Amino acid sequence: MTAIRLQINGADVADDVPPRLSLADFLRERRNLTGTHLGCEHGVCGACTVLVDGAPARSCLMLAVACDERRIQTIEAFADDPVMQALRRNFHQHHALQCGYCTPAMLITARDLILRRRAGSEREIRDGLAGNICRCTGYTNIVTAIAAAAKELGTEAANA
Amino acid sequence: MKAPAVDYVRPKSLAEAVDLLSQHPREARVIAGGQSLVAMMNLRVASPGLLIDISRLPELSLVSDDPNAVGIGACVTHAAIEDGQAADPSRGLMPRVAASLAYRAIRTRGTIGGSLALSDPAAEWPAVLTALDAEVVVCGPGGKRSIGCADFTTGVFETALAADEIIESVRIPKLSQDARWGYLKLCRKAGEFASALAVAVIDRTRGHSRVVLGAANGAPLVLDHTSRLLSNGGPEPRNAVAADLDRAADRHFDEFQRNLHIVAATRAVRQVLQ
Ligand SMILES: Cc1cc2nc3c(=O)[nH]c(=O)nc-3n(C[C@H](O)[C@H](O)[C@H](O)COP(=O)(O)OP(=O)(O)OC[C@H]3O[C@@H](n4cnc5c(N)ncnc54)[C@H](O)[C@@H]3O)c2cc1C
Ligand code: FES
Ligand code: FES
Repeated sequence: MTAIRLQINGADVADDVPPRLSLADFLRERRNLTGTHLGCEHGVCGACTVLVDGAPARSCLMLAVACDERRIQTIEAFADDPVMQALRRNFHQHHALQCGYCTPAMLITARDLILRRRAGSEREIRDGLAGNICRCTGYTNIVTAIAAAAKELGTEAANA
Repeated sequence: MKAPAVDYVRPKSLAEAVDLLSQHPREARVIAGGQSLVAMMNLRVASPGLLIDISRLPELSLVSDDPNAVGIGACVTHAAIEDGQAADPSRGLMPRVAASLAYRAIRTRGTIGGSLALSDPAAEWPAVLTALDAEVVVCGPGGKRSIGCADFTTGVFETALAADEIIESVRIPKLSQDARWGYLKLCRKAGEFASALAVAVIDRTRGHSRVVLGAANGAPLVLDHTSRLLSNGGPEPRNAVAADLDRAADRHFDEFQRNLHIVAATRAVRQVLQ
């Protein structure tokens, strides 16, 4: 067991973890943050994507011990985030989910694309989503929703 | 699956990390971004007894910028290179390569040193850094040594790195102002490992011209005929590439792979000559 201290969704957390424990299992099983999903556990499906120190990362490929002193944000974190609000609204309007398994990570990835200005065209959005697999929707509505959110936020920023 | 049980330490200095590694030569493994190692542990194809976390060592995150070369610390991430946070010796080649390597959520943690140490035959950095004539600076119990990239990767997941050595940085000569490069990665989906990968670099001021194939069933494959053709500004590169592949019979390319390599190398060279 190794002692770690980290920040999760704004709250300070201390725990003892076995080094083999992934960040994903730590979040789901120790912190009850079950919005982070596990598909493949080897980096390919993207379902487990969270933010580590503000940047998207695979929580299945990070050990909880290695997150000592780091800042983690999961899908449960973004209630007051304007980009996430626009994405959620557009995912709803454009029917961008079916089973919802991929959705938390799609939202986190899409938010990062918008903030890094990599959601300017369909091509850019599709490239940016290549690491997030959805087995239900066929992606079309997800891409439409992200493009719509990006456009909305772009216009808002221009008007502000 | 889940990773097997393992111990974990986070040394405070490179010297301490090298020390730990040489004390536990069999069971210890350094972990940088973990983007290959943790996946391998989850798949149970790797089961180290001790992980030595080097990802936060300040010595390994340094970027140095001399008149002739840029040094990039082993633990600099693909994303930092993509975003131009590290000085770029390559006139745009390295940021371009980084941007199409894996997915953003992997690039934010995966490191250039980890890529070299693993030397997956389909990985970008071993091929690209060979084309740029870079050197790998490694640190072991006896001190530092420098290995040319062309000699660093020796085969499929095989390198010249000794069991008790850690990669400290990569030293990359700066391309001159009139240098040109071409780059092509063929894969079926953005961010996937390459099915074929070609880099062409010509720097007349420095008298350097090199065409290299990645994903070549072994270490990066330097195409000698094609490199010469590039420096002479010769005609259509296709025949030269085919001649180079004929000489690499030990790579056992099937017809499909051979064609992919020819297309990748020909297009990379054309990008330079255009
Ligand atoms: C889904 C997926 C897709 C990917 N696609 C690509 C791709 O298209 N192209 C590509 O090039 N890569 C790809 N990768 C791999 C990625 O680039 C990794 O970041 C990289 O191979 C390893 O870097 P790391 O820092 O994560 O190393 P780690 O996983 O931490 O370590 C890998 C190995 O290198 C050793 N090591 C690490 N750092 C050092 C050092 N400084 N000195 C000595 N040994 C060291 C470790 O002991 C271990 O054996 C992909 C990975 C995944 C999961
Ligand atoms: S569960 Fe992490 S990428 Fe699939
Ligand atoms: S909505 Fe079911 S996996 Fe994407």
